Amino acid sequence: MRNKLKAGSVLLVTLLLFAVGTHIYSNENMWFQGMVYLALAQGINILYGFTGYLPFGYVGFFGTGAYAASLYMTDFHTQPIVAILGGGATALIVGLLLSPLLRLSGAYFSIGSLAASQMIYYTVSNPALQAVTNGPYGMNLEAFYNPTASYAVMLVILALTLFTTAYLRYSRTGLALRATREDAVSAAMAGIPVVRMRIMAWLLSALIAGLVGGTFAWHISVFYPNTVFDLNVSIFAIVFTLFGGGASLLGPIIGMFVLYGLYNWIGISAPQYFQLIYGVLIVMLVLFLPNGIMSLFRKKGYDVP
Amino acid sequence: MVAYTILSGLLFGLYFSLMAIGLNLIFGVMRMVNLAHGDFIMLGAFAAFFAYTLWNMNPLVTMLVVFFLFIILGGALYYLVVPRLLRAHDPEMLSLILFFGLSQIIQALAVIAFGNNQRSIDYTALGSGTVYLFGQGFEESWVVVASVSLLAIILVSIYLYVTKLGVATRAVMSHREEAASAGISVHRVSAYAMGIGLALAAIAGVFSPFMIGSIDPTMGTDLTTTSFAIIIIGSLGNPIGTIVGGMIYGLSLMYMESYQPSWSSLVPYLLLFIILLLKPSGLLGRRMRNA
Repeated sequence: MRNKLKAGSVLLVTLLLFAVGTHIYSNENMWFQGMVYLALAQGINILYGFTGYLPFGYVGFFGTGAYAASLYMTDFHTQPIVAILGGGATALIVGLLLSPLLRLSGAYFSIGSLAASQMIYYTVSNPALQAVTNGPYGMNLEAFYNPTASYAVMLVILALTLFTTAYLRYSRTGLALRATREDAVSAAMAGIPVVRMRIMAWLLSALIAGLVGGTFAWHISVFYPNTVFDLNVSIFAIVFTLFGGGASLLGPIIGMFVLYGLYNWIGISAPQYFQLIYGVLIVMLVLFLPNGIMSLFRKKGYDVP
Repeated sequence: MVAYTILSGLLFGLYFSLMAIGLNLIFGVMRMVNLAHGDFIMLGAFAAFFAYTLWNMNPLVTMLVVFFLFIILGGALYYLVVPRLLRAHDPEMLSLILFFGLSQIIQALAVIAFGNNQRSIDYTALGSGTVYLFGQGFEESWVVVASVSLLAIILVSIYLYVTKLGVATRAVMSHREEAASAGISVHRVSAYAMGIGLALAAIAGVFSPFMIGSIDPTMGTDLTTTSFAIIIIGSLGNPIGTIVGGMIYGLSLMYMESYQPSWSSLVPYLLLFIILLLKPSGLLGRRMRNA
C-alpha cells in the first residue's frame, strides 16, 4: 500500500508538472522534448535497468516509429493518432525481427543493436529509396501540424510509460526480470522463463520508442533522417537512466530533470562544453557511483520508488 | 574493373586491419571494450594534419612521434582507470560505458580545440605518382599506406610471438589468473597492451586523411563501429584474426563502392550484424563467447 502511494505520487507529480509546465515557462518545445527524453529514458530503464541489456541502438526504434507514423499519415492519409499507433506497431515488428540480438550478451548486444540501428538509418536515408522514404530529404507533415493535440498525446504516452515502469518496479514480473539480470541460470532454475521475459522487456521498450517517435514526428512536423536517427538520442536517454539509477521509477525522472535542465541551461548555446560535462559525468559515475544517484539514498536506508 | 576492385580491396584491407588491431589487442588482454577507439584515430589524424600544415612534416615521421606519445598516454590511462574498474561488479559492461564517456570527452575537447570544420591534407604528401600492380594503376599514397600497415602488423606479430613481453601478453589473453600465478605482472603487461593498442589506432589515424578522406572531430564514432565490425568478423581477442576481418571488410567495401555506391555505407553494419548473429565467435574464433 505504501509502495503504491509513493509510486503513485511520483507519477502524479511528474505528469502534473508536464501538464501545467507550459504555463510556468512558455517554451513548449522544451517541455515536449523533456517528455520525449523521459519516456525514452524509461524505455531504456525497462530494458537496461531490469535486464542488464544496454541498447546503444535504441534510437533505431525511435526513428522507425517516426518514419512509419509519417508515412502512414502522408501516404495513407490516416488520422495522426492511428498513424502513431501504427508507428508503435512497426517498431514492435522491427523489435521482433531483431530479437535474435538478445542471444548476445553484454557489449556484443550493445554493439549489435547499434549496428542494427545504423542499418535502418542508412536504408531509410538512402537516395535509392527516395520514392518511398524521400531519402535524405526528410519528411514534411505540416498538413497535420497540431502542437496542442500532439502535446496531449505525448503526455498520455508518458503516463502509460511511467505506469509500466512503476508496475515493473513493484510487481513479481519486475522482480523476475531483475532476477534474470543478476543470475540468469538461477532465475531459470527458479522457474522464470528467462528468454520470454527478456523478449517481453525488449518488445516493450521498442513499442515505447516507436510511439514516442511517431508523436515526436507529428509534433516537430518537418524532420530529416539524421534528426530521428541521431545517436545522441540514445545517448541522452542512456545517460539520464544511468545518472539517476536503473530499475527504479524515480531514477530516470531525476536524471532527466537534472541533466536535461543542465542541457537547456548551457547545452544549446555551447554543445561542446555540455558534451564535455556529460563525458566527465559518465566517467565519474562509472568509477565512483555505478548504480546512479539513487543508490546513495538506498545506502542510507530509504526505499526509493 | 574486377582486378582493380580486388586489388584496391586488399590494399584497403591492410589499412583497415591496422585500424582495428589495437582495439582487438586491448579487448583480448583486458576484456574491455574501448568505445573511444575511433576518437584516438581522430587524434592521430589531427596530429598528421597539424604536423603537415604547420611544419610540413612527412606523415611517416609524424607516425613515429605519435606512436611513442600514445604508448605513454595509453599506459597512463590504464593506471588511471582500469585497476579501479576491474574491481567492479561487471567490468566488461562498465568499461563500455566508461570508454563511451571518454569518447564524449575527447570529441568535445577536439571540437573546442580544432573547431567543427572538415580538414584535409594534400594527398601528395605521401607521394603523388601512380603505382602499377598487375597492370592496374593505384595512387602511390595507397600503396605506401598499405605497405606501412603490413609492416606494422608484422611487427605486432613479432612482438606477440617472439618477445618476452609479447609472450606474457598472450598468456594474459588466454588465462588471466594462471598468468598472474605464474609470476607475470598482469598490470604491467596490460598497461603495455593499452599503450600499444592506442598507439596503433593513432598511427592508423595519421594515414586516415589519405585513405578515408577529410577529417573532423566527430569522425571517431563511425570508425569505432567499423573497427568493431572488422575485429568481430576476424574474431574478438585474436589480433591476428583482425587481418582476415580487415581483408573481408576491405574487399566487400570496394565491391560495393564499385557496383552499388549508394549502399556502401551499409557494409560495415551489415557485416557486423550478420557475423554477430551467425557466428558470434568470429570466423577464426575457437570458443563460443557466453552469448
